[in-house]
Amino acid sequence: MFDAFDPIVLARIQFAFTVSFHFIFPAFSIGLASYLMVLEGLWLKTGRELYLDLFRYWVKIFAVAFAMGVVSGIVMSYQFGTNWSVFSDKTGPILGPLMAYEVLTAFFLEAGFLGVMLFGMKKVGKGLHFAATCMVAIGTFISAFWILSVNSWMQTPVGYALNAAGQFVPAAPWIDIVFNPSFPYRLVHTVIAAYLTTSLVVGAVGAWHLLKDRTDAHARKMFSMAMWMAAIVAPIQIFVGDLHGLNTLEHQPQKVMAMEGHFDSHPNGAPLILFGIPNSAEKRVDYAIEVPKASSLILKHDLNAPLAGLDTIPDRDEPPVGIVFWSFRIMVGLGMLMLALGLFSLFARARGKLYDWRWLHCAAIVMGPSGFVAVIAGWVTTEVGRQPFTVYNLLRTVDSASPLAAPAVGASLTAFVIVYFAVFGFGTWYILKLMQKGAQPHEPEMTDAAPIRTAGITPGPAQKGPEDDKVPDDDRNDDPELRR
Amino acid sequence: MTPDLTLATIWAFLIAFAVFAYVVMDGFDLGIGILFPAFEVGEERDKAMNSIAPVWDGNETWLVLGGGGLFAAFPLAYAIVLPALYPPIIAMLLALVFRGVAFEFRWRDPGHRRWWDFAFTAGSFMAALSQGIILGALLQGIKVADRAYAGGWLDWLTPFTLLTGISVVAGYALLGATWLIWKTDRRGQDHAYRLAGWFGLGTLAAIAAVSAATPFLSHGYWERWLDYPQVLLTAQVPLLTAIIAFAFYRSLKKRREARPFFLALGLFLMGFIGLGISIWPYVIPPSVTILDAAAPSASQGFMLIGAGILIPVILAYTAWSYWVFRGKVGTEGYH
Repeated sequence: MFDAFDPIVLARIQFAFTVSFHFIFPAFSIGLASYLMVLEGLWLKTGRELYLDLFRYWVKIFAVAFAMGVVSGIVMSYQFGTNWSVFSDKTGPILGPLMAYEVLTAFFLEAGFLGVMLFGMKKVGKGLHFAATCMVAIGTFISAFWILSVNSWMQTPVGYALNAAGQFVPAAPWIDIVFNPSFPYRLVHTVIAAYLTTSLVVGAVGAWHLLKDRTDAHARKMFSMAMWMAAIVAPIQIFVGDLHGLNTLEHQPQKVMAMEGHFDSHPNGAPLILFGIPNSAEKRVDYAIEVPKASSLILKHDLNAPLAGLDTIPDRDEPPVGIVFWSFRIMVGLGMLMLALGLFSLFARARGKLYDWRWLHCAAIVMGPSGFVAVIAGWVTTEVGRQPFTVYNLLRTVDSASPLAAPAVGASLTAFVIVYFAVFGFGTWYILKLMQKGAQPHEPEMTDAAPIRTAGITPGPAQKGPEDDKVPDDDRNDDPELRR
Repeated sequence: MTPDLTLATIWAFLIAFAVFAYVVMDGFDLGIGILFPAFEVGEERDKAMNSIAPVWDGNETWLVLGGGGLFAAFPLAYAIVLPALYPPIIAMLLALVFRGVAFEFRWRDPGHRRWWDFAFTAGSFMAALSQGIILGALLQGIKVADRAYAGGWLDWLTPFTLLTGISVVAGYALLGATWLIWKTDRRGQDHAYRLAGWFGLGTLAAIAAVSAATPFLSHGYWERWLDYPQVLLTAQVPLLTAIIAFAFYRSLKKRREARPFFLALGLFLMGFIGLGISIWPYVIPPSVTILDAAAPSASQGFMLIGAGILIPVILAYTAWSYWVFRGKVGTEGYH
């Protein structure tokens, strides 16, 4: 039934689908891990029970999100080989070790500290528990570090030589390969995106509960923290995004041409196309709304600086303009809305109305999922913008795929879509259910009901060691040592 | 910038170790999934689940390490094996996803518990079957031309691979049953003893059938196993297997608790060594050796630093967590 399709297109859809689904979870858990670290740190510093309640509330959601990230990540580690075997063969000597470090790091983190963080406050004491929470936050960052290094090398490959078999082999110190030219920008931009995404989710949950009860102390605290975060981080992200864009202009000019919709070169200052419909067949942007010379101002800091267009690039090396053009605008547009939300909250805060203005709360709820959309749109921009190459300018996508027939790829794609929607749909529903409930005073620890066993091999309360059998789980809430 | 035989050999053993660690550690919990329909709803099922709850996820990570290690150390092998065995590998991954999530939601969504129990069994069975098929397909050889897989997308499907698939299912069920002998008591344990007896027979029959069929797959295997004088060495493998099988049934009869599990692992180790004897020094029989597939020494060396530090730490954690959960399981943990 899939015989009419191009197996490479099917393989690309499959990779885009599985990686997008996967990335939603780390985008949330990277930020949430740091938020949990802050909450626990504040609790230890101030002794206020409110922070402990919030920690215990969010750690339950974190556990589910992290578990789904791990499960969908297992699939990713095999996607390269199943669908992109030629790519794997050729880049393995360089990218393989970086990915192996990612696996080892994630493994280490998962096996060690996550279980302590989720279940172990009573077993190891407060100080060590906080250390475990910090390690989880650092560990998610290290995991992102390696995987973004891999991605960045595909965008801006350096430090390689080609051997007789056509493989990219390391020809420079590893530190040069790891810190390839686009990596620092991509890392900072992605990690900040994760923070922003998380703060918008936390803010939306706080706002939802404020709408129901504006005196809810827990909702007030999380809303206030989230809005501070959004107000501070959104402008930083826009600044970092601009730097990332300049780096892209230097190393991957045709990606920026596609983002800007510049089919033609502009020797005397290029216009900024706000909106329009890219028409790749005719090589122009229809119905364009332009600001003259503004693109040159942004990209070159000079109104009259010349900017080359896609007319300088051979057709066979051009990325698909329409997708990149639109995904970039979705990302930037949402970034501006996030900034607006942050400013709105600052204004409300200055007027002493942060917990009272229902319009602000409604806006925060609407913006709750926007971080995820912006993150995926950003990835679409950078990944589709790299096309038609997998390793920029060196290895074409059409030359990277596995020798598979369309029915094989199509059937597996169908299976992935069905299983992912069933499984992760259920997980997302479960997270929303947890969010719906809201944080309670004396929020219970993760004890009752269930083990979250996709998450580490450290003792969970549900699987007590033989010596703990006499301790009822409920005791933990009343433990004066923990409650202070 | 060329491969180095010493490094390549170290990595071959490291990856073989990761795969065997995976089989040792995930085998019994997949086996419990396979046996799940045989358990009574209620206490017996809850105990079986409790006995693997603390450890199964850490176990599965070895599979990621095996896959990641193969990509990094032997990229050519990774690039050939995965497309060649595409359907069973995809089936295995999806089965593991399903099974893992069913595990979580069995408790979170008790309204659909019957459905999640079914997903748990079906996922475990599919994962085990796929792994057996993957091993068999590797053993029967993969067609390679010009650094790429050169066969069709159903080449892996032969009577031999179905036999190895069923063998792994039976073997995992045996591991699951012996694990439960160790971890449970009273009625559940009696049931596990009976299951271990039957699946022990099944596993031994499967080992015999696979061993008998292997020399006929290609000429090289026949010579490797049966030519004089190395037959003196290779014959030790079936001999040891027979001794372990005898000890296994003795331990069942004497109602030993921990020993049957370790003897069952011994059977797996013999099978694994046999696989190694057949394949070495190839990573993909009959054409790609480990040295052909190895990444340059710069890549393998760089990775070895990280692996050398982290793998011992991971093993220590794992040992510690099994120590914490020693002893018989109860049912009370989940209420």
